[in-house]
Amino acid sequence: MTKTTEKKPMTGARALIRSLENHGVEYIFGLSGGAAMPIFDALVDSKIKLILVRHEQGATHMADGYARATGKPGVVLVTSGPGATNTVTGIMTAHMDSVPMIVLTGQTITSMLGKDAFQEADIAGITMPVVKHSCLIKNTNDIPRIVKEAFYISNTGRPGPVLLDLPKDVTSGPFTGPMLDPEMDLPGYKVPTICDKSDIIKMAKMFKGSRKPLLLIGHGAVIAHASKAIRDLAEKLRAPATNTLLGKGAFPETDRLSLGMLGMHGTAYANKALTMCDVILSIGSRWDDRINGNNQEFCLGAKKLHIDVDPAEIGKIVVPDAYCVGDARLIVEELVKHVEPLETEEWLRELDYLKKQYPLKYSHENGLTAQYVLHELYKVTEGKAVVTTDVGQHQMWAAQFYLTDYCDNWITSGGAGTMGFGFPAAIGAQFGRPKDLVVAIVGDGGFQMTLYELSTVFNHKLPVKVLIIDNKYLGMVRQWQELFFDNRLSGVDLEGNPDFVKLAEAYRIKGVHIHKVEHVRERLMEAIHYQGPCVIHAEVIKEDNVFPMIPAGKSAYHMIIERPKTKLEKPTGST
Amino acid sequence: MKKPPDTRPKDIHTISVLVANKPGVLVRVALVFARRAYNIDSLVVSPSVDPRFSRMTITAQGDPATLDQIIKQAGKLIDVIHVGEHRHEESIEKELALFKVKYKPTEKAGITQLLKRFHAHIIESTPATLIIEQTGPTEELDQLENTLKKYGILEMVRTGKVLITRGKEPT
Repeated sequence: MTKTTEKKPMTGARALIRSLENHGVEYIFGLSGGAAMPIFDALVDSKIKLILVRHEQGATHMADGYARATGKPGVVLVTSGPGATNTVTGIMTAHMDSVPMIVLTGQTITSMLGKDAFQEADIAGITMPVVKHSCLIKNTNDIPRIVKEAFYISNTGRPGPVLLDLPKDVTSGPFTGPMLDPEMDLPGYKVPTICDKSDIIKMAKMFKGSRKPLLLIGHGAVIAHASKAIRDLAEKLRAPATNTLLGKGAFPETDRLSLGMLGMHGTAYANKALTMCDVILSIGSRWDDRINGNNQEFCLGAKKLHIDVDPAEIGKIVVPDAYCVGDARLIVEELVKHVEPLETEEWLRELDYLKKQYPLKYSHENGLTAQYVLHELYKVTEGKAVVTTDVGQHQMWAAQFYLTDYCDNWITSGGAGTMGFGFPAAIGAQFGRPKDLVVAIVGDGGFQMTLYELSTVFNHKLPVKVLIIDNKYLGMVRQWQELFFDNRLSGVDLEGNPDFVKLAEAYRIKGVHIHKVEHVRERLMEAIHYQGPCVIHAEVIKEDNVFPMIPAGKSAYHMIIERPKTKLEKPTGST
Repeated sequence: MKKPPDTRPKDIHTISVLVANKPGVLVRVALVFARRAYNIDSLVVSPSVDPRFSRMTITAQGDPATLDQIIKQAGKLIDVIHVGEHRHEESIEKELALFKVKYKPTEKAGITQLLKRFHAHIIESTPATLIIEQTGPTEELDQLENTLKKYGILEMVRTGKVLITRGKEPT
């Protein structure tokens, strides 16, 4: 690559890159193309590192993983048309899980907009329902202001993706405006901080006399860095806590007061606690259908309290007895001051008993299980790895057996349920946290959706570990077909998977194979301690099911703890 | 005269939205309704006093809980400055209608009498057609429409409802 050193005139593209530098951007995940060429050209002179991906979906999941691992917005740069439309799944994934992301798309020149120009797509229109905000930039001199607004919007309040569509003439045109500290023009955007103190006092009073309180910790608690405040609250109240899939890490899962994950595949004791509690406080959870399949039967008799930064979440699913809108950390810090310790010894003893009575379990009876592999991974990494996952059975087992005590260490596609997310998200996380061990736990189905990013891993010598839980099925759907559709398997058989070790080797990446119980620990250790990237191919028994399970559309009262002997009704919930 | 039966659905809501004057803002607001299968009956976009902002007045029908969610979701849009539902008694609501009606010369006196009752008037008259203008609450426009049907309405254009809150309270 040749770089020219003479001073170049300021263009829109250079102003864009300068603005990104001013916002502390270290990496851009992207793939080039015609309409984005001025921007890629400007990148040559920048200290921002371009991570060239193999498909734009990979770039969005990398930016997502980077954002969740660091708390800083991930930045994506792609070209127009198909380059832009390939980002839609990743944008939707980030939107569903409130992840800050800036997506920069090239666009045809403004005079050709709407005329079906080559590689033209109305990407702002296509993505409108799945972005926090978007903007087609029409004036070169607006770039610094709009970039500043994009960063502000994407990472304040309830975070989310912001898309900026950049016509090629706007990025190649001369920039004559002021570069530094432009004034934002966002009269309709207000960021909630702390709510009225009276709301907090009202909420505190709701705990009075409670013998069976329960804290429900969601992703909002992670985003707001509310861990310490929540710990203080739990300890002062002597209240147990359960977390959603995305709330993992905001309350240490190894603590006595933790009941682990609740919901469709949550622990039996967390779900039983839901049916028994007399007050439940959601901190940054949206009571979604994975934890509340049937709102009519949700926490019957319990007072429901809700803290959320998004006013639209209040009353959307559960109508609360008291609520506070604002930053979870600030609100919980204040709430701690107004609550009194509760008499919960009996409640905690009851829950300890349930933990002993209904532990998460697996056996080696039929061969190597995913649960054992994941449990061993937890042990050999001492629970300290940054873990990303795909979606499906392996995700639920990972959530059950890879306990997390740290915020920002658990990265999974929760709301969207995007297969193919885990591996590229791990790449993004590894760029953001170069010193930490990052493990992608993926299924054989999901991995094959984005495995081409092995090239990206190799080229950047990233020490990411990829643990493929291979059961040669789209396992979660197979489980449903077995339980609810008379085992009529349809569209789930992945027999004929590639040899994943050889596949890794084809990308010049180390591969490790595990198929026996006795090899698990030693081979995991080998892979984890290897300096470079490593693909671990774990072949596990084919027909295992995730339990406990609450059928979709049912409440926690209908939890199934182990494989049922009788036929189950078809679930009424959506999925 | 017998009042025609009111065939309008009962659950009608009027929502006022103050938005930033930016391209695409209409689509963003409309999407919030469409995603929840909420039908928009009328929508008026007009300038506000401040040239940076426009006013949308939307009438829609559906259950109040869904509408509540729609209002909150619309309020989250970056380009929405303010959104709220307005109850009838707190605001003044008006709509304008133009009716093109065919008539026989013998009917003209009767029509003129009728229009007086409705505070409507003829703005163009040809030997075969009349164009009638009426401004008033939506319900009165509906009533006149029903009454004019017996003469034969060839065409009708209505602006959709606009509203402004009473007194000092901002809309």
